[in-house]
Amino acid sequence: MVIRRGAFVIKRMPGFTLVALACFFALYMPLAPLVVYSFNEGNNIALWEGLSLRWYREAWDNELVQSAAIRSLVVATVASVIATVLATMVALGTTRTRPYRGQTTIYALVNQPLIVPEIVTAVALLILFAMIKQATDYHGYAYLISAHTAFCIPFAYLPIRARLEGMDRVLETAAADLYATPWQAFKRVTLPLLLPGIFAGAMLAFVISLDDVVITEFVKSAGQDTLPTYMLGQLRRTITPEINAISTVLLTVSVIMVTLIFFLSRKKAK
Amino acid sequence: MATDNLEALAYKKEVKRNWLLSTPALIVLVCAASGPLLIMVLFSFLTPGDYGGVKWKWSTEAWFQVAFYKDIFDDTVTIADAHLSILWRSVRLSFLTTLTAFLLGFPTAYFIATRPPETRNIWLFLVTIPFWTNLLIRTFAILEIIRNHGVINSFLLAVGAIDQPLDMLFTDIAILLGMTYVYIPLMILPIYASMERFDFRLVEAAYDLYASRWRVLRKIILPLVKPGVIAGSILVFIPSLGAYVTPRVLGGGKNLMLGNLIELQFGQGRNWPLGAALSLTLLAIVMIALIFYVRSAQKDGGGHGH
Repeated sequence: MVIRRGAFVIKRMPGFTLVALACFFALYMPLAPLVVYSFNEGNNIALWEGLSLRWYREAWDNELVQSAAIRSLVVATVASVIATVLATMVALGTTRTRPYRGQTTIYALVNQPLIVPEIVTAVALLILFAMIKQATDYHGYAYLISAHTAFCIPFAYLPIRARLEGMDRVLETAAADLYATPWQAFKRVTLPLLLPGIFAGAMLAFVISLDDVVITEFVKSAGQDTLPTYMLGQLRRTITPEINAISTVLLTVSVIMVTLIFFLSRKKAK
Repeated sequence: MATDNLEALAYKKEVKRNWLLSTPALIVLVCAASGPLLIMVLFSFLTPGDYGGVKWKWSTEAWFQVAFYKDIFDDTVTIADAHLSILWRSVRLSFLTTLTAFLLGFPTAYFIATRPPETRNIWLFLVTIPFWTNLLIRTFAILEIIRNHGVINSFLLAVGAIDQPLDMLFTDIAILLGMTYVYIPLMILPIYASMERFDFRLVEAAYDLYASRWRVLRKIILPLVKPGVIAGSILVFIPSLGAYVTPRVLGGGKNLMLGNLIELQFGQGRNWPLGAALSLTLLAIVMIALIFYVRSAQKDGGGHGH
């Protein structure tokens, strides 16, 4: 499209493009110093002393960071896998079906973690788990994992449900006509078609669990820091570029995951 | 008759299957999301324990303390200034965050919606990435750039706009900036979603009838994308109101918001019932905002007849 100078463009709104470009700039600009200073040689996050991987090494060698990173990965993996399985089941039980009593209640319960502010859920869990801890003297990972699983379910549910709604019943009916049992039809027809949605859901759940600060901060027992809660704790001390290094790694993981999800859902559109 | 029975039987089987499939998830959700909220209601009516926790004694004291303060010596009752000012700051900052996010987000959504379809997805993707990246890290990025030796101050000092670094950190402005930065994708995305289907022939028609740009914006575009604007505002307002990380990092423990006040009751405050009552107060405000949203969405749906 060639626009002649002075031609009247219907869609143009004066100043909008400028605001939008400034907005995109502002979305990414603050991340630049964060990433750049993670490669700083010196101790400071404001004074550049030369390029080095020193802080990545320091973070890697820091036992607290190591254990927090492993804990983050384990919790996120376990929680997102369980959440995805459960979310897939609910999605199958709530889509492509005739309306039934209680369906709205199921929707409400599934989406509830999206509506209630995190801090409210966090203190509610703190109260409940404090009672259980007192009664059973169990201080393990079940608390963190169940809390993470619960708030991951709606995130896993959304893309799976969206995918399922777009699927035609015809193929499953055809399978049934060809004498497939319901389980065979599910395994050979429904599941393969649903897979992109399930992957997208699992990755969203993983990213959400990996990034969680508030609920983890309130639910964790002593010595159960994840990477985000470790970082939050570090902010009280003098900040070194180690935090920047950890942030950059986490940022990279998120960006890769989101890019993958983006391409998975693009495939669906075609 | 026989087919009716068969039909009813098949329906019954389908419903049973649906419930079986939903039950495992519902158990987890009730145990670790909805159930605890009910327990919190109970806790808000108990007496605080001496070292945190509760004594199992009925009391409405916590709810009283949300808004009132009783002097421990002479029992005079006054309004709890500390709590109400924090509540007021939370509401005010959340409102300002929503407004700022709208003023910046609306033109951005408009910009994306008016791009050619091939590049539109890329712009949209650029908004989505920050949305899915760690909130703590993004707050931390803001902390680094507004510090006394941060990028902004260094830049302003270098160009000579200021002589001394501006004290931006640990102020309400810092929290406002941080929350707007963190939540703005939640404003842009729904506005874009309602703008994507916008029919620009309407705008053309308005210009043909000699409308000014401002009038077109106000009378044609804004009313038609209103559902997206309201959805975006709710999506920004609710997490802002319950924000905990951003005010903790950027407010520096001085400028508390409701989320921090709640946390305080479970830490130094050692008043769990009050913490529970404050959490439920927050939840109530969120619910009011949501009801307002659902109402206006229904009204809009009926009003345009589609």
